[in-house]
Amino acid sequence: MSGLLKEKLNYDKTFDCVQCGYCLPACPTYETMEKETHSPRGRINLVKMVAEGKATVEDLKEPIEKCLGCMACTTVCPTNVQYGAIFEGAKEVIDEEEAKSKPKPRKLMEDFFFQSFFPSSKWMKSLGNATWIYQNSGLQKVSRRFGLTKRAPLHIHEFEAALPSMPSPKKRKDRASRYVRKRPAAAKVGFFTGCIMDSVFFESNQNTMELLLRSGAEVVFPEEQTCCGALHAHSGKIDTSIELAKQNIVAFEEESFDYIVNNAGGCGARMIEYDALFESGTEWHERALHFVSKVKDISEVLVEMDGLVFEKELQRTVTYQPSCHLRNVQKVENEPLELIRQIPGLTLKELDRPEFCCGSAGVYNIVNYEDAMDILDVKMKDVCGKNPAGVVTSNPGCLLQMKLGIEREGLSREIDSVHLVDLLMEAEPRPK
Amino acid sequence: MEQWLKELLEFLPEKRVLTSLADRHSYSFDASFGEYLPDAVVQVKEKREVASVLKIANRFQVPVYPRGSGTCLSGGPLPVHGGIVLDMSQWPADINLRPRDLTVTVAPSVLTGNINKAAEEHGLMYAPDPSSAHVATIGGNLAENSGGPRGLKYGVTKDHVLGLEIVTPEGEIIQTGGQTIKNVTGIDLTKLIVGSEGTLGVIVEATLKLMPKPPAVQTMMVAFDGVRKAGEAISQTLTSGILPAKMEFMDQACIVAVENFQPVGLPVDAAAVIIIELDGHPETLRIERKLIEEIMQEVGAEEVIIPKSDEEAARLWHARKQVSPAIAKIKPTKVSEDATVPRSKIPDFMDRLQDIKEKYNVEVVAFGHAGDGNLHPNVLCDKRDVEEMKRVELAVEEMFQAALDLGGTLSGEHGIGTMKAPFMELELGEIGLEMMKRIKDSWDPNGIMNPGKIFPEKGQKLVLHK
Repeated sequence: MSGLLKEKLNYDKTFDCVQCGYCLPACPTYETMEKETHSPRGRINLVKMVAEGKATVEDLKEPIEKCLGCMACTTVCPTNVQYGAIFEGAKEVIDEEEAKSKPKPRKLMEDFFFQSFFPSSKWMKSLGNATWIYQNSGLQKVSRRFGLTKRAPLHIHEFEAALPSMPSPKKRKDRASRYVRKRPAAAKVGFFTGCIMDSVFFESNQNTMELLLRSGAEVVFPEEQTCCGALHAHSGKIDTSIELAKQNIVAFEEESFDYIVNNAGGCGARMIEYDALFESGTEWHERALHFVSKVKDISEVLVEMDGLVFEKELQRTVTYQPSCHLRNVQKVENEPLELIRQIPGLTLKELDRPEFCCGSAGVYNIVNYEDAMDILDVKMKDVCGKNPAGVVTSNPGCLLQMKLGIEREGLSREIDSVHLVDLLMEAEPRPK
Repeated sequence: MEQWLKELLEFLPEKRVLTSLADRHSYSFDASFGEYLPDAVVQVKEKREVASVLKIANRFQVPVYPRGSGTCLSGGPLPVHGGIVLDMSQWPADINLRPRDLTVTVAPSVLTGNINKAAEEHGLMYAPDPSSAHVATIGGNLAENSGGPRGLKYGVTKDHVLGLEIVTPEGEIIQTGGQTIKNVTGIDLTKLIVGSEGTLGVIVEATLKLMPKPPAVQTMMVAFDGVRKAGEAISQTLTSGILPAKMEFMDQACIVAVENFQPVGLPVDAAAVIIIELDGHPETLRIERKLIEEIMQEVGAEEVIIPKSDEEAARLWHARKQVSPAIAKIKPTKVSEDATVPRSKIPDFMDRLQDIKEKYNVEVVAFGHAGDGNLHPNVLCDKRDVEEMKRVELAVEEMFQAALDLGGTLSGEHGIGTMKAPFMELELGEIGLEMMKRIKDSWDPNGIMNPGKIFPEKGQKLVLHK
């Protein structure tokens, strides 16, 4: 086994695992797939076996691809194993191996998605606009009536039904790139729009900026920003994800910001780890550290600025499904709960197992649909047990997945799923 | 495909008979040393399935290794001779509690911590509390006779078992013991099975004893400027008429490691600390706490710390829990030993550990359940350094010898497994071990149940390097 492969597989890091098994109860896939091969301990062991030449990259493929990357295991690991690094390293090795053997069309398709589609705000806008046309032209009604969407690949009909309604292309186009306050601002915020968040959840992004403005901040969103690179890293495309990170670092160096704010748990988790992409001591590492020191989730900033009062009573019960990447990687656990509790009239019933992933996990629910639905079923049992009128989430993927879960349970009339920022806006926040 | 595999597939769903290389590797290890590839992993979910698997295995003489969550520190579930790993962890986790009888009947897959949780809902407790209770299955705990910090007052797993249902190596289902507190009918097969490490059969159900949950607990921490003083304080306390629930010991190396890892404000200058937990009625606790404080002053303790709140107490216990991960930062590989000595011999044992450390030039730290003499000397090393691992082997061997010289035992709560099998004769003598072996041979004439454990193979030595 070549030293290079051992290094790529983080062979040395696998020795931090003492195989105690404390990660087993925390792992959603161990629970639903019922075998050690789909547990963190099992996966780390397999990486080690491959590095030692006792198993092949092919043997590693399924166990790694079925990992949600939710990082719940890292919160319970007594020896602080760097599971994220081991996981991404394994993905990269698998991706390289596949690149050698993959039939051309699929490779081209993937290259398009990862290198052109996600990083391009143009494409993302087009996706949002296309969805708007689809929703507003009657096409959606027609295709639903004739069951056309059911013939689409990748269970698109299920996700399609869960999409929020889109803003019109005009509204999208009219958005300003800078919101300056007349009074001196309490903080200057660079807003990270996120690719999916900005295309599909445009309104939530608008609401995020509105909340920041009302809290007393000045909001700017640099035009040159791009995708955070999380989806690339989780698919083994490390090189592209590094390029994207550089582009974002440059974009947010244009002005001096107090915070770089995002409202998507997955993007935030990626961005707070940008420094790990560069060798320490290098110029890029320094620049990344500077960037990382400002990255904050919207909930953290709102709590820190403490500039809002909520005027409207919302007389209903909600529960909160934290984004794994917000909770387990960014370690933001209390701030969203604190904000929810500030809304008058609202009752918060916490889930028994908030730490259990909902099964969305980037593109996991599209690529591993059946497995994701098994995990979602466990989550929905917990949700339904709380009998809420709403599920509050803090990441677009989770939001869509919870909508899907509600649809699947046939409860779309009883339960709604909302992003935290939308819930906060509904409660009519006013500056303090 | 092997004939025995074909026959297994006749009554088990294909997805519960795992034969891919990835799956087999996933069951080739536990939390101790060594990896051994099984030929298949068979996931069972009910008694009749176990009986059928064992009948086939017995007929074809294929070894069977029962496995729970694989948290074992002595090598209990390792498939050292290939064959079948019998994965018990996916069995439906039934807990049938009878609060009025103070008993509970559980499936083998139930996580031990969940038994205690269920008991607490009725104001009861299941006393054994191994550190892995939130992960480990009760089946594994029964097989290995696990302990835990509360062992000082409440004993180990075997002290809480009333009855078992087991599948014999020949595939018959039998009951031992029963549901009553008193039961003296015949030879005590229950005690024989508990701690037999899966070498006599597969436990498929257990009836356990519960007890009233103590209404209050009191934590205290005492710092000493000498290890001997700490040892003396332990025996003074235990002979004073007070029986704490836990008495945990940490040496200076552990204290420093924890403070470097996640500072909680432990006294880093102290040569050793003892963390004590008393449990019982609040009034009694007040009196006992005072008495212990007096004892500690007499022995010459540096400092007695009484936490002001539950949170502060929890922080002290958290610090104790951090020892394992904290010392893993000293060096990556941890050989966690389990030798236990009579309580009065703890200071002597500590001296011997110091000698061993110097003689073999290895990193040794000690912590553990000092109140019951169950110390966990940990050797910190690096698996990849073959030369070092050879020195560690010698050091460990001498540690066991030291414990036995002082009237101790090879295992206080982890079991023998593969790790300590080579030393069995040292403790039991040739005939003593032979009598155990005879029991094993009569229960399991074809030797299919968990071979390679407890009983050393000819010339077997402790090997920690590849």
